[in-house]
Amino acid sequence: MAQTTTVAALAASVNARERSAREIAQAALADAAARDGAIGAFLALNEDVTLAWAESIDARISAGEQLPLAGVPVAIKDNLALAGTRTTCGSKMLENWVAPYTATAVERVLRAGGVPFGKTNLDEFAMGSSCENSALGVTRNPLHLERVPGGSSGGSAAAVAADLTPLSLGSDTGGSIREPAAFCGIVGLKPTYGRVSRYGLIAFASSLDQIGPFGRSVADVALLYDAIAGKDPRDATSVDRPAEATSVFTRQDLRGMRIGIVSEFGLDALEPSVRAVYEAAYADLLRLGAELVDVTLPTARYALATYYLLAPAEASSNLARFDGIRYGLRVAGDDVGDLYEKTRAAGFGPEVKRRILIGTHALSSGYYDAYYVKAQKARTLIAADFAKAFQACDIIASPAASTTAFAFQAKKDPYSMYLMDYYTIPISLAGLPSLSQPCGFAPDPLDGTPMPLGLQLAAPLFEERRLLEVARVFEAR
Amino acid sequence: MREKYEAVIGIECHVELKTQSKMFCGCANEFGGEPNTQICPVCLALPGALPVPNELAIRHLVRAGLAVNAEIPAFSKFDRKNYFYPDMPKNYQISQYDMPLTQGGIVEFWLPDGTRKRCRLTRIHLEEDTGKLSHMGNTDGRLAGSEASLVDYNRAGVPLMECVSEPDLRSAEEAVGFLEALKRLFVQLGVSDVKMEEGSLRCDANVSIRLRGASEYGTKTEIKNMNSFRSVGRAIESEIERQIALVESGQRVQQETRGWNESQGTTHLQRSKEKAHDYRYFPEPDLLPICFTPSEISALRASLPPLPHARFDRYSHEYHFSAAVATQLIDTPGLADYLDDVVAAGAPAQSAANFVLTDCSRLANETGVALPASHLTPAALAELIALVEEKTIGSKIAKEVLSRIWREGGSPRALVIAENLAQVTDPNVIDAFVAKVLAANPQSVSDFRSGKEKALMFLRGQVIKESAGKADPLVVETRLRAQLQA
Repeated sequence: MAQTTTVAALAASVNARERSAREIAQAALADAAARDGAIGAFLALNEDVTLAWAESIDARISAGEQLPLAGVPVAIKDNLALAGTRTTCGSKMLENWVAPYTATAVERVLRAGGVPFGKTNLDEFAMGSSCENSALGVTRNPLHLERVPGGSSGGSAAAVAADLTPLSLGSDTGGSIREPAAFCGIVGLKPTYGRVSRYGLIAFASSLDQIGPFGRSVADVALLYDAIAGKDPRDATSVDRPAEATSVFTRQDLRGMRIGIVSEFGLDALEPSVRAVYEAAYADLLRLGAELVDVTLPTARYALATYYLLAPAEASSNLARFDGIRYGLRVAGDDVGDLYEKTRAAGFGPEVKRRILIGTHALSSGYYDAYYVKAQKARTLIAADFAKAFQACDIIASPAASTTAFAFQAKKDPYSMYLMDYYTIPISLAGLPSLSQPCGFAPDPLDGTPMPLGLQLAAPLFEERRLLEVARVFEAR
Repeated sequence: MREKYEAVIGIECHVELKTQSKMFCGCANEFGGEPNTQICPVCLALPGALPVPNELAIRHLVRAGLAVNAEIPAFSKFDRKNYFYPDMPKNYQISQYDMPLTQGGIVEFWLPDGTRKRCRLTRIHLEEDTGKLSHMGNTDGRLAGSEASLVDYNRAGVPLMECVSEPDLRSAEEAVGFLEALKRLFVQLGVSDVKMEEGSLRCDANVSIRLRGASEYGTKTEIKNMNSFRSVGRAIESEIERQIALVESGQRVQQETRGWNESQGTTHLQRSKEKAHDYRYFPEPDLLPICFTPSEISALRASLPPLPHARFDRYSHEYHFSAAVATQLIDTPGLADYLDDVVAAGAPAQSAANFVLTDCSRLANETGVALPASHLTPAALAELIALVEEKTIGSKIAKEVLSRIWREGGSPRALVIAENLAQVTDPNVIDAFVAKVLAANPQSVSDFRSGKEKALMFLRGQVIKESAGKADPLVVETRLRAQLQA
């Protein structure tokens, strides 16, 4: 886009018919075609359908509608179904699969006047924290092309950070919105589990997956969140409670707000330059009028182990449908069993296979009680810890990640990659709304380039409005 | 030899529920559509599609449970049963594992001779049906040796209830009686059509034998591929014989799955005991648990129709109907309700049953209208029966009145009065008819007088005819004899 403005201003100009959605889309397409080569945020731009959607928005504006996202391009993570376009999940398995239907969240973007714009790269089936697990392309951090953008929603974060689109949609299972938002220096929100319909989101771990917005500012993110939140009859786990509009901000400071600092998320283990940024951020919260309170999450240290049993268990079942029978990749075999094996061997990358194996094992007879059932119990305890902590505070603050964006190939050991989600996973297990927003820069450990860090805020269930209000005050500090 | 042994049988059956749409999506739940025309992203398991439960199917299942007096837990949930098969789009089936919608229960049934029986249920749970595979290019339609397989997903996602019985059945006859009772119950609850020929009921039987009086169970075999109640009976019978012959010859019964061959009348080995399949059940994360309040359960209980076995017992013990009559009344749609209404309107049960099963059934055949849909209300039938009982009309006039009311409606008593159809019992009036008939039939008179009793029957018919059917046959006979012997 290369035309930094707020989403509200952009939509207002379209509503006022100063600019057409089509002009904006054309400019965005041309810009992406020119600049995305170096970044690789997009897997496809879908020019024809993008323009067609833009024209449909213009027609509605001409008919007198006023739309909150009028003409605003919204890049879509490529695990969200979008009718008539390839929806790949970054996998060879679905490289040529054209979705015949559209995800509810994307339909709601359209309903609000937004223009779905391009499909963005991701770790295969949203499994990863760097976008390196995509089988279909490399995405680079726009702030430093030799660094990863984070993941799994790396393409959606990079597209916004590079100013190729004002907004994008990602999905977050254990941190896949917050970590890339932190690495790319933008705002990324994971709503409460159940707030946004998952219909049309290709499942990784059904009990954790949640769609959420990326934007350059809290206000931008709030507008997209308001458009997509709400009960959907097609998702039985979506929650039937009115979503309060979050994009109207009233708070000027943080007086009366108790912000919990989690003892178990102490800053001591961080690089000094990173720690300094978070100490300064906490000091800013205090200066803005918040009361900082120590809270404790004694079971949080089990979160990573819990997550890496539950999420793969669900994934092992969710990904069973990719068998070469009805759609997607098919590799011929001697019989149906052979076809399954060859198709899945060729279609899935190593990290996906690893998680299917872990999950299948965790659910197996003889191991189920020790692994899956135990992990479910741990999850209940972790959620209870958060509920208790929120009796003493209104918002919890922590780092979103322990480092700035790392170099490609830096985390070859899967466990070191899993550790990147240390701060985000406990919140995911508790289903809480949470965001990451820029809070400062630290020098890259290898070449000293200033790289962004994200402050993670979390709120009690369904308190997105409080979360965004606090984030907005912090942003304006 | 047969007497030495006792059979132990358990039944597992799958029943498709009668709903407009499938279990987890809006596709039509209809039998017989062109292949792959009743499909959508959800039942085809397209990436990103999610299930939404069909509330009617859940209600159907709970009502079925309540009808067998099962426990309905306040909390139940769906689970995923994971295994790969091309007829199952998700490669997992949404089913129920450890917290089904119903637990326990007892199926009350009876045998053709009226003997009452009971069979405990383990559970009834809700799940989704699979698609249908057709194996092409070989002769017997099986997978082995086929060249290609086609999948039709129209059936994928159709709501299915699985009923599992305890091993309480002791003969093929009991197994068939049990299945007939389930069918009767589900049809009357309106939860399923139970058409075995369309596959809306499919059942397997677990069969073992033991020495009579033994308390341990023998090794069981599972019999599949039966496509009618009759073949269930035959298959179990044949399997019992096979097992007895094995044991008698010193061999052991192997745990295995056997297929029923209808034309040969025998079972054959399908699969020998395999290692237990690990289905990796876990709670379905796409669906919320199902919770019922006591008042919701009470409302569903209140929606149950009169239960067949309770009716059977009432018909047997209070009305003294034979098992065949009771069964016919209960199994013909609407007949038992109708009969109960006739009795409630004051008619004696036996007369009511006679009319309902004979005259009304004949009229139903003649007119093509079922009794409950005819113009003959239960109150009208009761009135007609009263007219007969009080001898206001005879059986001949009763048939005519019945036929008129069946077609036109109205009150039998009013019709009898309006058309002056009341039975004539006055001996003086009848004597006049008798005198006229005797005068016109001298040959019959002399036949009777020479000892031919049959002639009296003819003369009686003539007198009744002369009275336009209204003369009371008993009075006619008395007066005939009196005049003939005078």
